[in-house]
Amino acid sequence: MATAEPRARIARFTLAERLMHWLLAAAFGVLLGTGFLMSVPALEGLVPRPVAKEWHIDAAIGLAAGVIVITLARARVIGRTIGDLERFDSDDGRWLAEVPRRIMSGTPAPPQGRFNAGQKLNTAVVAGLMVVSYISGFLLWYGERNTAYRFAGTINVHDDVMWLLIFLVIGHLYMALVNPATRAALAGMVRGSVDRAWAQRHHAKWVAEADRIAAADPARRSHTGASDRAGSPPPRLGGDVPAQKEH
Amino acid sequence: MADAEPTPPDTSGPPPGQGDLPERPPEFRIGRAAFLATVVAGVGGIFLGPRLSQWITNPITNALPSSLGDLIPGNGWRIYNVQDPFPTFHPATYRLVVQGLVERPVALDWAQITALPGESQTSTFHCVTGWTVDGVRWEGIRAQTLMDLVRPLPSAKYVTFQSLEGPYVDQLSLTQFTLPDVMIARQMDGGPISRAHGAPLRLVIPDMYGYKNVKWLSSLTFTADAAPGYWEVRGYDVDAWVGRSNGYG
Repeated sequence: MATAEPRARIARFTLAERLMHWLLAAAFGVLLGTGFLMSVPALEGLVPRPVAKEWHIDAAIGLAAGVIVITLARARVIGRTIGDLERFDSDDGRWLAEVPRRIMSGTPAPPQGRFNAGQKLNTAVVAGLMVVSYISGFLLWYGERNTAYRFAGTINVHDDVMWLLIFLVIGHLYMALVNPATRAALAGMVRGSVDRAWAQRHHAKWVAEADRIAAADPARRSHTGASDRAGSPPPRLGGDVPAQKEH
Repeated sequence: MADAEPTPPDTSGPPPGQGDLPERPPEFRIGRAAFLATVVAGVGGIFLGPRLSQWITNPITNALPSSLGDLIPGNGWRIYNVQDPFPTFHPATYRLVVQGLVERPVALDWAQITALPGESQTSTFHCVTGWTVDGVRWEGIRAQTLMDLVRPLPSAKYVTFQSLEGPYVDQLSLTQFTLPDVMIARQMDGGPISRAHGAPLRLVIPDMYGYKNVKWLSSLTFTADAAPGYWEVRGYDVDAWVGRSNGYG
């Protein structure tokens, strides 16, 4: 009988993680838009260049400040997230190696943790590209003031990184908004939790770990869960995750 | 009880003990390695120079028609100006004034300008900020043509180029002005110079960075005195030789 009960959910991202993500998304939009205003000939003159430049630099500073503040304020959570993202095991290796096979014949993927291997790799590369953007952006700014810091390659790297980031962000948006297999994840970044059955299919090791920790210590119902590695987030006091509801 | 939307924890507190957790399969910090490799590659690219990245972006943008090229960032051209909006060219009222230490100052109207003999060339444009556009086709008037017209006095050593964009001015020595590939350009890539690129006339001196290539020319003044131009006042080199000035080379 169709149940009127809503489907069970499992909490995936803390407020800190979500804030970090949306801060990055908003800042990236401003940086990209002002960057286009400064470098697409067809758009030149729409906004005075000094204005676009100021917004561009302000957005970069604001993003950096926000990342630092969130990281310092929630160091434990962010540290755990980074830990989840940077560790790959053999399941991750197989996940990546079997991408063509999965696309062609839809063979099931190896079990994954809170982040799948593609997400981990994407995050690492995007983070690296953002750092390169900051370094090249700083050199562009400082090179205007000190000729010793003018390098012919700076603006080209800044441009190339932008192209790579656009490509990766388009892929990211496709997964979040379009791809039926992954768009259930969007709720995790908006509300903090995802459909539990979906999570069981696509991030089985994480769900298992979260359940195991919850069972071992009911007072510490796993929320964002331990994912692939040891160390779950600290207990949430008050309120409940209906981790026991199964469908 | 209704399935209330669970909120994940947002607290800090001691992490749990690890004694109850099973053996984990070996894990490697590939993510950290990928992050660091990306940063190293990017920073390396800065110092390896534009050669490498031009392998990537230039084939793409050169393959596209130029109308699309104007829509693509990093294509080559970026339009810089110092004061909004871009000056407007009014053919009926535009005058190119050539004055100063000359026997015969003139104010040429557009018909007279188009009637002057000209030459064509293909040059590379270098901006001091690091970007380059290859294969720009220019058509325009050589320095000697104008100098034959106005006949500079022996005391004239420099030419000051004033832009319709009020504050923008720059200068060349007479020797620099008379280099074989210097011109007052009337056409760019087969057509009139567009508004963004400095219509109707711009100075073209390919061996110097773009800021010396004054756009939206309104006058040339022959003078005895050196005077720093708009960007030189802001710390850029007077003799802006490509690859040999402004910290490059």
